[in-house]
Amino acid sequence: MMRLLKRSYMSLIMLFLYAPIVLLIVFSFNAGRSRGLWGGFSLHWYAELLRDQQILTALRNTLVIGLSAAAISTVIGGLGAIGLYQLRRKGLRQAMLSLANLPMLNSEIVTGVSLLMLYAAMRMELGFVTLLLSHVAFCIPYVVLSVLPKLRQLDPHLAEAAQDLGATPFKAFCRVILPDIMPGVFSGFLLAFTLSIDDFVISLFTTGPGVTNLSITIFSMARRGISPKLNALSAVIFVVVLTLLIIINLPNFKQQNKKTRKEIPI
Amino acid sequence: MRSRGLLLPFGLWLVIFILIPLGLVVYYGVTVEAPVPYTQIELADGTVAYQLEDGTVSQWPPHQTQASFSLDNFRRLADEMYLRLLWRSLYIAFVTTVICLLLGYPISMILTSKGFKHRNLLLMLIILPMWMNFLLRTYAWMSLLEKTGLINQLLMALGRERPIIFLGEGAVILGMVYNFLPFMVLPLYSVMEKIDHSQLDAAADLGANPRKAFWRITLPFSLPGVLEGITMVFVPSVTAFVISQLLGSGKVPLVGDIIHQQFTRANDWHFGAAMSLLVMVIVLAFMYAINRADPEEKGQKEVRIW
Repeated sequence: MMRLLKRSYMSLIMLFLYAPIVLLIVFSFNAGRSRGLWGGFSLHWYAELLRDQQILTALRNTLVIGLSAAAISTVIGGLGAIGLYQLRRKGLRQAMLSLANLPMLNSEIVTGVSLLMLYAAMRMELGFVTLLLSHVAFCIPYVVLSVLPKLRQLDPHLAEAAQDLGATPFKAFCRVILPDIMPGVFSGFLLAFTLSIDDFVISLFTTGPGVTNLSITIFSMARRGISPKLNALSAVIFVVVLTLLIIINLPNFKQQNKKTRKEIPI
Repeated sequence: MRSRGLLLPFGLWLVIFILIPLGLVVYYGVTVEAPVPYTQIELADGTVAYQLEDGTVSQWPPHQTQASFSLDNFRRLADEMYLRLLWRSLYIAFVTTVICLLLGYPISMILTSKGFKHRNLLLMLIILPMWMNFLLRTYAWMSLLEKTGLINQLLMALGRERPIIFLGEGAVILGMVYNFLPFMVLPLYSVMEKIDHSQLDAAADLGANPRKAFWRITLPFSLPGVLEGITMVFVPSVTAFVISQLLGSGKVPLVGDIIHQQFTRANDWHFGAAMSLLVMVIVLAFMYAINRADPEEKGQKEVRIW
């Protein structure tokens, strides 16, 4: 009885979560426009999607900005985390950390507004550069947050030992510290990349005429009403995300089967 | 000291992209654009002219403006229209949070219950939509609920004559619940997962019925997750602004929409800044209150269960 109740509840939740997405994907194969329910199977809207220059440019912008913002913020945030970790003055470190975390606590819209004002004060023309700068800016705290715990797990004497044995500080860093914090750096990079390609609010405030990313393009298309082309785009994105998640989680599932490891899959 | 060199780019980022922008928001918030001060003077030939404070004289009243300190923006916020707007945003965020909690708590309980199969698969399925752009998730509902949307087309095909208007406050709340439900489930799941099932067994052995075991063990243990989930749903809901445009068909503007408007159509950055400051204060105050309510944050590492 209890089991049945649990199952039906979870089924209802899954229905709620996936029915809109499934219908969205099904109707991306609809031959007719929105008039009439089903006009037959067709790949027409996918062909339209590939011909749409605006969407393709937005996709390119999204990927270029995502990769560059992730790379730059990983360098700045990673070095910053190491600097913070080595900082002797605890009060200063705490102050810098809280300030750095502010954009994560603050709502996106306030961050977007404040960055827009910064560019206006600097008389910068809004466009690709300001968009990239903003993405770097909001990604940095997340990188710091994923690198710092790894540093705290480090044995502080390792780097000293390396230097005692004649390694330069730089060499000690590359050979001893870096390999140990690499998982944190890597997950920081991934986090920054996903945040960047998914961002809408901050991008909307800090981009200029003519430069859009995927989110902004989707918004302006959705505002004009239902378009099967948008359905096709959703379907493509959904399949890509699903594939990536399965690839990332595959090792997790395999281990799960052997031993019940309790870890939240991402 | 080596750390100083490493910290340089990070420190610059802190100053340029956090401190200065924040200062600018405050600056815009407490200033208004006003015409530059001038005095009307009479020239020797009897014509009227206008003199600026720096001494320049012109034939016409000056049209330049300058920012001057004023609390007018905040006074304007106290207007009934904006108060109602703020109230609606808070109300919608509150309802969204309550629904997410009511839906999410049983989900997490079921996922972490003893002997539940496919736990990881289902958890992944709940998180998966989160990785899809939230605009697309919102669009998915829009394509169902619109006047020419799927549900209405189906109804018309079945013989209904006029479409039902779904878009509005209810649809906005639905869209928010749909978007933010995973944010509630995740923190709940991660605390409930740590609950030791042997404690529940012990409670049952000692004669507690399942309801009592829930009130005395599961609920107190999951409280930190409840609080975190509330924060993670409430904060983005208060400032959400696109969902209301797409699913409210413009009838349910929220604070976020009005802030956005100040930087586009209305072009009143000063008022927009004041509103942003208000939102910021509300959000930070809310998080502070939640943090205070969290027993773990007060240094009490263990949750008391009796």
